[in-house]
Amino acid sequence: MNWISNYVRPKINSLFSRREVPENLWTKCPECGTMLFHRELAGNLNVCSSCDHHMAINPRDRFTSLFDGGIFTEVKVPEPPADPLHFRDQKKYPDRLKAAQKASGEREAMLVAEGEIGRTPIVAAAQDFSFMAGSMGLYVGNAILAGAERAVKLKRPFVLFSAAGGARMQEGILSLMQMPRTTVAVQLLKEAGLPYVVVLTHPTTGGVTASYAMLGDVQIAEPNALIGFAGARVIEQTIREKLPEGFQRAEYLLDHGMLDRVTHRKSMREELITILRMLMGLSPAVKGDLPPPGDLAVAADAK
Amino acid sequence: MNYLDFEKPLAEIEGKAEELRALARANPAMDISKEAEALDRKSDSLLKDLYKSLTPWQKCQVARHPDRPHTRDYIEGLFAEFTPLAGDRGFADDHAVMGGLARFNDQPVVVIGHEKGHDTKSRIERNFGMARPEGYRKAVRLMDMADRFNLPVITLIDTPGAYPGKGAEERGQAEAIARSTAKCLEIGVPLLSIVVGEGGSGGAVAFATANRIAMLEHSVYSVISPEGCASILWKDAEKMREAAEALRLTAQDLQKLGVIDRIIKEPMGGAQRGRKETVEAVGKAIEAMLAEMAGKKRAEILKDRRQKFLAMGAKGLAA
Ligand SMILES: [Zn+2]
Repeated sequence: MNWISNYVRPKINSLFSRREVPENLWTKCPECGTMLFHRELAGNLNVCSSCDHHMAINPRDRFTSLFDGGIFTEVKVPEPPADPLHFRDQKKYPDRLKAAQKASGEREAMLVAEGEIGRTPIVAAAQDFSFMAGSMGLYVGNAILAGAERAVKLKRPFVLFSAAGGARMQEGILSLMQMPRTTVAVQLLKEAGLPYVVVLTHPTTGGVTASYAMLGDVQIAEPNALIGFAGARVIEQTIREKLPEGFQRAEYLLDHGMLDRVTHRKSMREELITILRMLMGLSPAVKGDLPPPGDLAVAADAK
Repeated sequence: MNYLDFEKPLAEIEGKAEELRALARANPAMDISKEAEALDRKSDSLLKDLYKSLTPWQKCQVARHPDRPHTRDYIEGLFAEFTPLAGDRGFADDHAVMGGLARFNDQPVVVIGHEKGHDTKSRIERNFGMARPEGYRKAVRLMDMADRFNLPVITLIDTPGAYPGKGAEERGQAEAIARSTAKCLEIGVPLLSIVVGEGGSGGAVAFATANRIAMLEHSVYSVISPEGCASILWKDAEKMREAAEALRLTAQDLQKLGVIDRIIKEPMGGAQRGRKETVEAVGKAIEAMLAEMAGKKRAEILKDRRQKFLAMGAKGLAA
């Protein structure tokens, strides 16, 4: 029984929430159509309480529920050039970036943080699909490199939550070059003998899947997450046949040997703790060594 | 000669010249030399005009021209004792990827490249140069071997992209590409890449994460095809000209961005109008790049490659 996520987390979530009152108090589950009250949904880590559908969760909320006491420190990411190609489609790239920044309150599509989970020090990175489809450009590349370098410096494992449509087209060839750059980041961890665990969340596709998101020592996915290289529509147009039910979904990939595990979001934290402590040669996690809920609330207030 | 869309005016003039010559062959008494020469001069100057300032979209068309030399032609023209090595040892041999041992100027090397095919039959057999996971896994195997026996690796890039197929996805297309890119970064021998046609996204990067990267003058290298980009960002696949422009996918732009190291000049009118010269020019570039890497120690080669990619893009177009 994970008492901390069942009891304390909703409270911390509400304390840490950036948006005091969400614009919409109710969210409709895209899978089953149930109307879910925002507080209940947040308390349930954005998983539908009716059908278990895993909705997107932004990196900050994910980290709040992941790290002990909801406390983490952001890892600084070196700024890349703002608009390296002077890209313009129907809109200018800087305008698209500004709109995404305004809507999310975040600098870019990836957040990197250090903290402890079950008293296990880690560095984690999480990709934000709501920010320009989580797309990988120079910033995301820099974020992964910064996270890996920080993990190597602190001798900690690196956990990465992926969510992206692929490379950021507005950075052209430079976004493609993030495939080798992020692969170097993975190699830094490997050389330092540190675990690299990837949690693939819905959706992870394109050049992201074809680089850092498929190179983990352990590959875990959230249930029903779409994971693949090519888009289903492109495949159907190419092979001119309908794809089977569940194609490119987490369970399908597990069946085809492309993943180690498919794990419910509510069990993810415990599972990561268990796996990372074994890989790091640490003693089993002691559930009782966490401060009581009261102290946590105080710690959160004081922040 | 297969003419591209934008070469239509050229096709007309060359067609007229050909008609005139056919007429003269049928009527030996007729003197057409003046007129034919005039037409030749006209087509020469038009060809120069057309190719002097190709737009990015026109370059995409040239890069995809069916008569351009392909990997097979470069291997035939530049390498001796080519010994193809097949299979990924797990599932199949991918005919979209050619690879094996060969000698370049007597030096044993491993050569790997996408092969698009040259006629309907071979294009189907080669899957139009679109590799499946087995192609990347074969490449990983060959790169590993090159590393163990201290042989430089030369890769020839010419692919629309990795194959978007059901089986390819089921067998781990993404993972295969990721491992191939990783292998490129792990080998302690020189890895040299030449984009000879299309450098299509992840399917290209999986072979082109190299110490030295060269591109033919009218080849392209991009994160997505202009058509794909146009349909996503412009919601209109017909906007491929605009997308090609915005993506900066030409050899000239990639050199400005610091992504590639050298541009190999093509004959006037593109590689398809001078296949032999093009193959020779690529040979010269391989020679030069091998010379640049000669004598470097394993650690140096690994560091050189890693640094190259870490530094990439730091300044954008201002680089
Ligand atoms: Zn639901």
